[in-house]
Amino acid sequence: MPDIRIHGGRLIDPANQLDEPLDLYISAGQVAAVGQAPDGFTADIELDASGLCVVPGLIDLCARVREPGQEHKASIDSECRAAAAAGITTLCCPPDTMPVVDTPAVVELIRHRARQTNASRIVVLGALTRQLKGEHLSEMAALQQAGCVGVSNAHHPLQSTLVERRAFEYAATFGLTVFLHASDVALEAGGCAHEGHIATRLGLPGIPEAAETVAVARDLALIEQAGTRAHFCRLSTQRAVRMVARARFDGLPVTADVAIPYLHFTEVELSGFSPDYHFIPPLRTPLDRQGLLEGLRDGTLSALCSDHQPHEPDAKLAPFPITEPGASGIDSLLPLTLKLADENLLTLSQAIEQVTSGPAGILNLPYGRLSAGSPADVCIFDPGATWRLDASSMNSQGTNTPFLGWEMKGRTRYTLRDGQIIFGATAS
Amino acid sequence: MSAANLQIRPDGHLRHFLCIEGLNRGLLTEILDAAESFAGVAEQSVKKVPLLRGKTIVNLFFEASTRTRTTFELAAKRLSADVLNINISASAAVKGETLLDTLRNLEAMHVDMFVVRHAESGTAHFFACKALPHVSVINAGDGRHEHPTQAMLDMFTIRREKGADFGRLRVAIVGDILHSRVARSQIHALNLLNTGEVRVIAPRTLLPAHVESLGVRVFNDLREGLRDIDVVIMLRLQRERMQGALLPSEREYYQLYGLTEEKLSMARPDVTIMHPGPINRGVEMDSQVADGPRSVILQQVTYGIAVRMAVMSMAMQQNTPAGTASA
Repeated sequence: MPDIRIHGGRLIDPANQLDEPLDLYISAGQVAAVGQAPDGFTADIELDASGLCVVPGLIDLCARVREPGQEHKASIDSECRAAAAAGITTLCCPPDTMPVVDTPAVVELIRHRARQTNASRIVVLGALTRQLKGEHLSEMAALQQAGCVGVSNAHHPLQSTLVERRAFEYAATFGLTVFLHASDVALEAGGCAHEGHIATRLGLPGIPEAAETVAVARDLALIEQAGTRAHFCRLSTQRAVRMVARARFDGLPVTADVAIPYLHFTEVELSGFSPDYHFIPPLRTPLDRQGLLEGLRDGTLSALCSDHQPHEPDAKLAPFPITEPGASGIDSLLPLTLKLADENLLTLSQAIEQVTSGPAGILNLPYGRLSAGSPADVCIFDPGATWRLDASSMNSQGTNTPFLGWEMKGRTRYTLRDGQIIFGATAS
Repeated sequence: MSAANLQIRPDGHLRHFLCIEGLNRGLLTEILDAAESFAGVAEQSVKKVPLLRGKTIVNLFFEASTRTRTTFELAAKRLSADVLNINISASAAVKGETLLDTLRNLEAMHVDMFVVRHAESGTAHFFACKALPHVSVINAGDGRHEHPTQAMLDMFTIRREKGADFGRLRVAIVGDILHSRVARSQIHALNLLNTGEVRVIAPRTLLPAHVESLGVRVFNDLREGLRDIDVVIMLRLQRERMQGALLPSEREYYQLYGLTEEKLSMARPDVTIMHPGPINRGVEMDSQVADGPRSVILQQVTYGIAVRMAVMSMAMQQNTPAGTASA
């Protein structure tokens, strides 16, 4: 494994509160030193990062790679390579593949296929219940042993609050974090848009705010009861953010994240029935968007993810309510995160934190930082480079995104995972 | 693209007819005036005009309909167009052909206009977005979104009954506003025509969120809502609403929201009573009211043909390529 020196760049490492011109030394797949070369270090490879930013490799807290089971949408190979090209070194995949991630064999299949790509790594959330049916507990200890970094029932409902309580307690037995999609299915009632004046005008079945807040309230009560560590995935309402903030203030071991589209769009975008804006949970009001941004600023939300959901074109070629929700987001995660800093909604360091040490903390993984001894996951990007997001510039197999045609600022030049250059090796 | 841009040509003429929202008063009046001229056609011994001779219109119905489909069919035939009726039940759609494939296949047969009804909101927009440049799309009802030709025939009926000055009228829409595409189109049309006051009357479970943002006054009590009203439009209550905890029973609904002579005494003496059909007698209204002298329910059906002739001819006339004479 080569020793690498990355020199001349602006090193931003929020976990260590660093933001200054510093060289980075990598040896044996780990960060050897920051600033001063370790004794006797000779670089096999020199990477010139003049004019570039050097940050920890990004962690995308929610990316569906569609494999196994939906390879017509994307594959582990396509998405791990796309992630590498986007500066993302770790993808966290929810368990709703086909088959579901409820046995060690499926975990091993995904991890094996990811290793074969020699690009970004995948970490996997195991199913909270068998086949995600919400009835029987999954073999969580076995899943943990196989490498699952947490458990989740994805968007599938649990049969009862009793199952939820037992699942939380069982997960807590092994110190597994439960990843929750807070939505009350009965209140969701098959809706496809935020229940508000836009859905009323368009005649789209609505999903009320209460679908989220009722679920968060119920989950919080059970989290407290079970003493489990829990993470709320993709909050969409201001009220839910405030409920989580209150729970954190009260000392509950809970964290939460938000996905990029919810920071840029609101229900207003639905006016033309464009399926690109079909999301679950739905895009909500401008006030909710403000609430999410506030949550990022005050630390209630500690991760920003792409909520990557690549689709084949047909999945979006239908009237809005019967299209599949979600957008492809890997390619645009870095520039759209940087955009928050560009618009002074967050500082650059805060923004980077949300896609590095923030998610690493939630997943309890040693990535997302450039401390000596930590795995050498590095993203080197040109903060001023602009490019247009379109089907030809995207690396993900899915090109379904409402950001299509947007000008992106910030482009990855090199990506290193475990000290290996997985993207940009040939670029000068 | 917003609906308004999609359905109006740069020169201001109609290209598709997808929803009332986004149209303007001038266009609505133009449709009503055109319908007025077509209303006479049915009374002639030869009930045809050659406006759309040589054009092919497909009624593409993914949802059951008798009234709307037949009046569209008659309207097309009276305009001398060739008409094809295709009823695609949900089970046939399950066979796998996507909506887009259905559209492309029919386009390949040189269809000029699609009249589309579908259970999902936004279907007509989807067709309009994907249709070839010379093909027009008429929305015959999409999910809970809009049913614009029904609203126009209702406006036509009101204009015939009450005159062209909508400003002095109070109009109430009663019933299941939540699930009603007819109500949404009516509300937009009434407001575009400057109706003095538009009211909706329903229990809270049958009102959509922020319904007042559509430009209506909301009443939960039928008697109160009917006070001094000039026109009352009753909506059909679908039986399945009794499931899903929206209403306790038809009996209680009829007691509270069923239109009877007694409750009508709150309205103006010359009140006009409308219903898009089909009526559930004894649920939304009493037979005495439905068949009474102030009811114009059957006229609505008759006018439906003239209004649909107007909309079809307006959308199609502009499709005739320059240089080829239109009849």
